[in-house]
Amino acid sequence: MADKNLIGHKIGAYSVDVEKGRLRFFAKAIGETDPVYTDEAAAKAAGHKSLPVPPTFLKCLESEGRDVVELLNLVGFDLGRVLHAEQSFVYHSMAYAGDVLTFHGFISDLYEKKGGALQFVVMEARVTNQDGEHIADIRSSLVQR
Amino acid sequence: MSVRFSDIQVGDEIPLLKLQPVNRTTLALYCGASGDHNPIHVDLDFARKSRMDDVFAHGMLSAAYFGRLLTAWVPQSQVRSLSVRFTGITQLGHIPTCTGKVVEKFIDAGEQRVRLALRCANQYGEEKLAGEAVVALA
Repeated sequence: MADKNLIGHKIGAYSVDVEKGRLRFFAKAIGETDPVYTDEAAAKAAGHKSLPVPPTFLKCLESEGRDVVELLNLVGFDLGRVLHAEQSFVYHSMAYAGDVLTFHGFISDLYEKKGGALQFVVMEARVTNQDGEHIADIRSSLVQR
Repeated sequence: MSVRFSDIQVGDEIPLLKLQPVNRTTLALYCGASGDHNPIHVDLDFARKSRMDDVFAHGMLSAAYFGRLLTAWVPQSQVRSLSVRFTGITQLGHIPTCTGKVVEKFIDAGEQRVRLALRCANQYGEEKLAGEAVVALA
């Protein structure tokens, strides 16, 4: 059983640049064909200041700023036995290419089910941009089998 | 033509999103583009050492398909929340289809919103991902 004292443990604030190339690569990887996500002129014509960060890419940016293996080690999890259980996003404002997003992450829960056969760690992060604007809150739940 | 709150009824289905079959290239591209370099999704040797028969899709790839489902229906600026539960593993060769159904119409924070129940299933009808989204509609 992971140490319950880790609940509330801060993962640390870190900042990540949102790059156009990464957004285009992500659009290709998920088969996105809407030009708003790949063509800056189309994005601007649709009222955006640049290419938008698509809904789930915030999770990718969050992961970029920290070492997931180190985090799993902290709670005593083994990468090969870990699965993603749940993921949620609450959106407050759009994020765009060129933004610098800051993630304030923390461990919000640790618990087990089935008499310890399944162990869960829940991490949350508050996301803000370079102007201090609140972009989103994201929550990730991982399970170790 | 934009989607209007007054035109939507509880029980309505939004236009579905049918994907291409998931193959190893899909997973390699998603690995690189997402930055999720967990070898269990791309390295067969690692997957076998972890007692899996083969590599399998990132759960967040299907979650990204939910994102596409929503932003094909309304502009992204109207998406208020998205939550997903990973209920099954998408294997190589699976063909995901994402669907969404309106389950509630309500007013929150002074705007008209709808709650959608989302589902992603493979070609055999097996659920892989379940979710919920809240979208604001004029």
